[in-house]
Amino acid sequence: MNAEARPVIKPLSSGVGNVAAMKAVFSRDMKVAFRQRQDLLNPLLFFVMVVTLFPLGVSPEVSFLREAGAGILWVAALLSVLLSLDHLFRHDFDDGTLEQLVLQPQPLFLLVLAKTVAHWALTGLPLVLLAPVLGVMVHLEGNSIAVLCLTLLIGTPVLSLIGSIGAALTLGLRSAGVLLSLLIIPLYIPVLIFGTGTVAAAAEGASVDAYLALMGAFLVLAVTLAPFAASAALRISLSNS
Amino acid sequence: MWQIFHKLGSPKWFFGIATRLMPWLLAGGVLLLMGGIVWGLGFAPKDYLQGNSYRIIFIHVPTAFLAQSVYIMMAVAAVVTLVWRMKLADVFVKAVAPVGLVLTFLALFTGAVWGKPTWGTWWIWDARLTSMLILLFLYGGVIALDRAINDEKSAARAVAVLVLVGVVNIPIIKYSVEWWNTLHQPATFKLTEKPSMPPEMWVPLLLSILGLYLVFGWLACLRMQTEILVREQRTRWVKDHVMAGRA
Repeated sequence: MNAEARPVIKPLSSGVGNVAAMKAVFSRDMKVAFRQRQDLLNPLLFFVMVVTLFPLGVSPEVSFLREAGAGILWVAALLSVLLSLDHLFRHDFDDGTLEQLVLQPQPLFLLVLAKTVAHWALTGLPLVLLAPVLGVMVHLEGNSIAVLCLTLLIGTPVLSLIGSIGAALTLGLRSAGVLLSLLIIPLYIPVLIFGTGTVAAAAEGASVDAYLALMGAFLVLAVTLAPFAASAALRISLSNS
Repeated sequence: MWQIFHKLGSPKWFFGIATRLMPWLLAGGVLLLMGGIVWGLGFAPKDYLQGNSYRIIFIHVPTAFLAQSVYIMMAVAAVVTLVWRMKLADVFVKAVAPVGLVLTFLALFTGAVWGKPTWGTWWIWDARLTSMLILLFLYGGVIALDRAINDEKSAARAVAVLVLVGVVNIPIIKYSVEWWNTLHQPATFKLTEKPSMPPEMWVPLLLSILGLYLVFGWLACLRMQTEILVREQRTRWVKDHVMAGRA
């Protein structure tokens, strides 16, 4: 990667407010990502291809796809988020930006939260926007597609947030990618169960309020706790190197 | 009080205490476990519904109970590692994680053996079973992360963070049989209520659980001692200890 292509983080003085610092980190991450467009496209292509595998590999029957569609989309989204997580801190770690981030006077967990939000905006959000098209391809009904998008909208930030802990823990390790999946997939399972459960309930015509409330609770829990764990893990990984 | 706290930070002190405790833990554990299992398998009355097949409860429940209990102990030790940087807490986490993995596997396995005659299937995607499977994965992740990081101190703290993150799964396991309408029967024991079983059934079960706790204590001491010997191999007292054993 071309070193000049990566904007640096300018030292922020302690006078800079927390929100301003988070905005600076967020906009820098967006800038970095848009200078590497291929990295943005890869998780999306992966998402589409995994979904394509199911009709080809299992069954193209409408009845099967209608029943399994939500689960397929969720699993594919989960895997593609997992795939992109390695990038969350890796490049910053390699070129020393991460150390600058830790040295900023603003609390690290806020900056980590800003980075995670940027990660979600770059990977999770496009998945949510792409989901309706794929939902039609797996013959989901209109109502199910709407509910599916809603669950993805609530669920993908949770995936990014939980994933940030794993990404921070495995930073700088050999075979970090496989280890990352090993650590994070168990923690993703509840989100997956409730995400697909919501769509199944909607397809049966049952009320989805309870499911959505639980997913909202996951999100609140992840937003409040994951950045702390991730920033603690980052400090450990940095002291390790 | 503070002195005990202080002493707990000393691997050498712990090594001595563990050496003295271990015979008692092992003897008590084996005695209770044998008593509980022999009583439970041989003499406890038949269940009115499940007949003799329920008897695996005397192995299944203790392992499942301890599998979760060990994870909670690890989480407490993880807090101690992160807050007070106490060496022994980290030694504990590292030493018992594989034990927890094996206990979780045994709980799943005996559950499958029990499930076959009562539910007609080895495995079902039920909430309690799935969350126990997640616990198995969590133990695996903890061990894998510990092996992946070479530096001892970073490994200890990274593992502690991971253990604490995984703790969210424990209440899910605990309440899975109450929150969801599942095939798995509700908890056998509750601290706050009188058991619904006759005493001839729950006393041997309690004995097996206590016995397994003691055996686990023995195993934890043994594995911690080994870990301490490896870590402190350059110190004077370990050299003396090893030489004394050889003489």
